[in-house]
Amino acid sequence: MGHLLRAVIEPGFFQSAPVRLALLFGGVVAVVSGIVGSFAVIRGQSYAGHALADISVTGGSASYLIGISPLLGFVGVGVLAAGVMDMIGVRRQGGRDLATGIVRGASLGLAALFLYWDTTHTNTTGATITILFGSIFTVSSSILPVVALLSVTGLGIVGVLYRPLLLSSVSTDLAQVRGIPVRLAGLGCLVAISVAVSLSAMTIGTILSTALLIGPAATGLRLTSKPGLAMTWAAVIGVAATWLGVLLAYDSFYWTSARHGWPVSFFVVTLIFLCYVLARRPAAGKAKRPGAPHRARAAGGLAAAARGSEPG
Amino acid sequence: MIRTMTHPRVTSPGDEMLAVDGVSVWLSGREILHDVRFTLRRGEFAGLIGSNGAGKTTLLKVILGLQAPAEGTVRVAGQPRSRRNSMIGYVPQKILLDPDMPLRSRDLVGLGLDGHRLGIPLPSRSRRALIDEMLAAVGAESFGDARVGTLSGGEQQRVLIAHALISRPGLLLLDEPLANLDIRSEQEIVELLARVAKEQQIAVLISAHEINPLLPVMDRVVYMAAGKAANGTADEVIRSDVLSELYGHHVDVIHVHDRILVVAGRGAALGNVHHDDLTVEHDEQAGAPLTGGA
Amino acid sequence: MFSGFMLNTWVVATIVAVVAGVVGFFIVLRGSAFVADAVPQGAFAGAAGASLIGLNTLVGLGVASLIGALGIGWLGRRGRRDVATALALVVMLGLGALFLSFSVQYAPEIYSLLFGEVLGVSVNEITPIAVLGALSVATILVVYRPLLLASVMPELAEARGVRSGRMEMCFLVVVALATSMTLPVVGALLIFSLMIGPPAAARSITDRPLWAMALSVVIALAVVWAAIAASYETNWPVGFFVGILGAGCYAAGRGWAAWRGTWIAASGAVREAGEHGRETANVRM
Repeated sequence: MGHLLRAVIEPGFFQSAPVRLALLFGGVVAVVSGIVGSFAVIRGQSYAGHALADISVTGGSASYLIGISPLLGFVGVGVLAAGVMDMIGVRRQGGRDLATGIVRGASLGLAALFLYWDTTHTNTTGATITILFGSIFTVSSSILPVVALLSVTGLGIVGVLYRPLLLSSVSTDLAQVRGIPVRLAGLGCLVAISVAVSLSAMTIGTILSTALLIGPAATGLRLTSKPGLAMTWAAVIGVAATWLGVLLAYDSFYWTSARHGWPVSFFVVTLIFLCYVLARRPAAGKAKRPGAPHRARAAGGLAAAARGSEPG
Repeated sequence: MIRTMTHPRVTSPGDEMLAVDGVSVWLSGREILHDVRFTLRRGEFAGLIGSNGAGKTTLLKVILGLQAPAEGTVRVAGQPRSRRNSMIGYVPQKILLDPDMPLRSRDLVGLGLDGHRLGIPLPSRSRRALIDEMLAAVGAESFGDARVGTLSGGEQQRVLIAHALISRPGLLLLDEPLANLDIRSEQEIVELLARVAKEQQIAVLISAHEINPLLPVMDRVVYMAAGKAANGTADEVIRSDVLSELYGHHVDVIHVHDRILVVAGRGAALGNVHHDDLTVEHDEQAGAPLTGGA
Repeated sequence: MFSGFMLNTWVVATIVAVVAGVVGFFIVLRGSAFVADAVPQGAFAGAAGASLIGLNTLVGLGVASLIGALGIGWLGRRGRRDVATALALVVMLGLGALFLSFSVQYAPEIYSLLFGEVLGVSVNEITPIAVLGALSVATILVVYRPLLLASVMPELAEARGVRSGRMEMCFLVVVALATSMTLPVVGALLIFSLMIGPPAAARSITDRPLWAMALSVVIALAVVWAAIAASYETNWPVGFFVGILGAGCYAAGRGWAAWRGTWIAASGAVREAGEHGRETANVRM
């Protein structure tokens, strides 16, 4: 057993401080992203989640110019963009994605400008790459309080708005009739997504940010029909993929004699993708029941038995 | 002047669930509703009949508090209309049909109980029992654990009705629930609603553009055309003279066995109201005969 | 600004704008803004990989665009399209990160690939770009009617024998072609702005499809030319101007539609009041 463990986990894995930080931050971020991301997927806001990551990064890089703390710029701009996207307020998803794309285009244009100013001043082309493909191993423990705060905020919002959000995602009519302020709840959800995405973008980079937001959540939704369980699955899959990805990235350092490690983002993304593709929606258990309900009463026993076999 | 007939049975004011009084609504410069007035009592089953564009949905929105009337008042159980009223249960025509939505029938019904509450729901046995009871009451136990996005039209209607009923409303509003159903499901839903109205003593107002499925169980009808409404029993309202006055031009009402046919008259002069002596010659002037109930 | 070496840029920019306007019309119609954003981003990863093994970056762009687009199509059949797009995108980006980690030095082209470079077009790039552009536009014009029908009324299209799945794949391939050939001037991160801003504005102005398509080409041309001129003068990246101008187009379009909407509502009221009495045709009893 010890041999197997040593074969899988290269020496020094658990002793390495960057690795421990990566596991800790990665784990926290995966949980937050998975849970908040479930709502993003339910409400068809995958693009918004992706866009908000880059917008946060733009905000972070712009903060130097305005003179505010980069952290504030990062999160503040993200929340602001969420507000703008919500304000543009189109109902059809195609139209919403269009508005998201426009906002993202404008923000990327600004990012291009800031980077240009930055590189002409500091003359480093690597800046472009690090901003886009930030690495989990370069995270420092000093941002732990920020991570905690953002995590609590993101989870808190969706926790408080849990039922109203579910209901308004199914039918705005039903929600309105119960007195739920649908627009406000939607804005709250988008802000939560923005916070979660800012959190992940600053710790693990923008690629993983989107991947952890959407992938595990989409997988969880396939595995079960119970809302709470779907979100739990999302968190679990996200954490598992992240930790395994960190492990593989660490190991890959030793795979070739070139002593060059493969990036974490590659492994985590691939794992998440595999999980999604392998998770079949339990279509078999939900075969269309025959005809009218009264006839289904007899078949209902059969159907119930079939449904009872669905996982979760 | 549109005649409105009140139900002959005398009831105490405490019975009155819904009182719509002189409601008018203007939208984008058009008058959608004009001086609509009727009342509904506990246990009464009323049909809100009219074609598309007659103003049924707008009227429902006014009652639900989602649309403010330019004139008139709406009182539910004696209280003036407010934005959220736990006395009203609402069944919309259709909801999201996304099979990915992680919500089972029982989850949706549960949200009928506490969907507006903040915070995470704690599992509770009594809540689950109540949900099971509601599902059984509407005949939805066999698909209680299925995702709402995978339900058929009739199944979805049942779940939505359970969702609306679980909070024990006094007034149940349904927006065209029969529109996309097959005949069998149509009959079953109507019977279910009639039973609910009588057993739970709930006032039920169901909007539809076909009157025949509702004829057997309806206590009264609110008939709408061009934003105006006539209300009373089916015998009082579905008559050529009443409907012609409502539409503003000639309309014939034909009884075929136990069903009612309304035939539009194109080309008849405005204001010309004929009594119901229906002959074949009249039909020459009529436009396309409107198909009756199946 | 119009001297010899800039001439290439103007030519390529014109081609790019035409393609962006034509393809972008359908992107906006089908609500595929995310796809239009994701394919070039993913393609960028392919370009990085290509430069790694010494291939022409344009080839890498093309291959990666196709893989990304087809991946979106394949995943989209299994689940929601926006989830499919997000997953395909991150997989491509993950691969891109992998390739980048192998290269010892960052190719200087990377910045221009991302954000666009006014001076970055060479003469021998014009021909392949022109060919690919012509191919993209020609394909759209050939499948114009079935694609339009499938985009606007999918059920009707199915009834007429147009398979929306096939149309979707075909459209995705065209998007892949179009984005890979238009990347060089405008940049991976902002080509999609050109494909959604001007067409969105065009659609706000007119409902008639061919007019909207023509208008979106015109607006796209205006945007690209303005962006190049501005970039030449200020030395700021082309992508910046495209992004900002694209957003401006969208906002102008929305504003125009809102203003016209209120105007129509006011003038239509008088006309419709007279028709209120004639409501019988649809009553079923």
